[in-house]
Amino acid sequence: MQAGAAAGSAIDYIPIALMFIVAVGFVAGTMYVTHILGPKRQTRIKQESFECGIEVQGNARTPFSVKYFLIAILFVLFDVEVIFMYPWAVNFKQLGVVGFVEMMTFLAFFLVGFYYIIKKGALKWE
Amino acid sequence: MTVYLFYLLSFIAILSALMVVFSRNPVYSVLYLIVTFFAIAGHYVLLNAQFLAAVHVIVYAGAIMVLFLYVIMMLNLNTYNEMQKANWLRFGAVVSGCLLMVVLVGSLKGAETMQPGAVHDANIGLVSNLGNVLFKEFLLPFEVSSLLFLAAMTGAVMLGKKSIRS
Repeated sequence: MQAGAAAGSAIDYIPIALMFIVAVGFVAGTMYVTHILGPKRQTRIKQESFECGIEVQGNARTPFSVKYFLIAILFVLFDVEVIFMYPWAVNFKQLGVVGFVEMMTFLAFFLVGFYYIIKKGALKWE
Repeated sequence: MTVYLFYLLSFIAILSALMVVFSRNPVYSVLYLIVTFFAIAGHYVLLNAQFLAAVHVIVYAGAIMVLFLYVIMMLNLNTYNEMQKANWLRFGAVVSGCLLMVVLVGSLKGAETMQPGAVHDANIGLVSNLGNVLFKEFLLPFEVSSLLFLAAMTGAVMLGKKSIRS
């Protein structure tokens, strides 16, 4: 279904695919090997969440503060902002001054938003 | 080679998408959804849309998934009360699922006559080409999107701060 021309450039991504495979394989392999090699002495105390720490109260399934969610949403927005910079950076020389001004306009709106966030104290941990 | 990659990626995507639906633990569902997103990013690379693939990995598998995890952790998972759904609710779910199936099959049957990739330039999805189009032809939508982000930031801060105060 793909033409031959399209395959030529997808081939270039084999190193990245290899990197993903090696990364996943290393993690999976290490976990498997430690499960095989490591000694298993399972007692009730060993199975606790914090074996050497303070006593556990309740469990991990408690609803937590919305502050984390706010930080995450703001992170997503600035993440998308950075993504717009990739095509700009690749074509930086070609777009010239006009492209620079365009990007600065784009970033100015983000800075207004960032100023609002800072002023409103959304990132402050009360 | 490309065809085999396509089949492999499709297999991974469909299998992990099914696991999203069928796994009991919602956190496992999110992890399988990440696998699905990576498989779809591989599809984008095969389609020569490399920027889209990178965006998909960074935004969807990276950032949106964090939001999903937060939403799941905000639910109270201590009480497993999801099993006792009323019968009429199940019936409605089946009916709406079948309707969606009909819509999907109908639209895909119409799409058989289309010839994707025949008229398009194969390199249109590369980052440099996309940048050229984005910063020249679609400049206004690009700048307007920053206003959209500004609105999203303000909305998030408004809603988030209000719930902190109360």
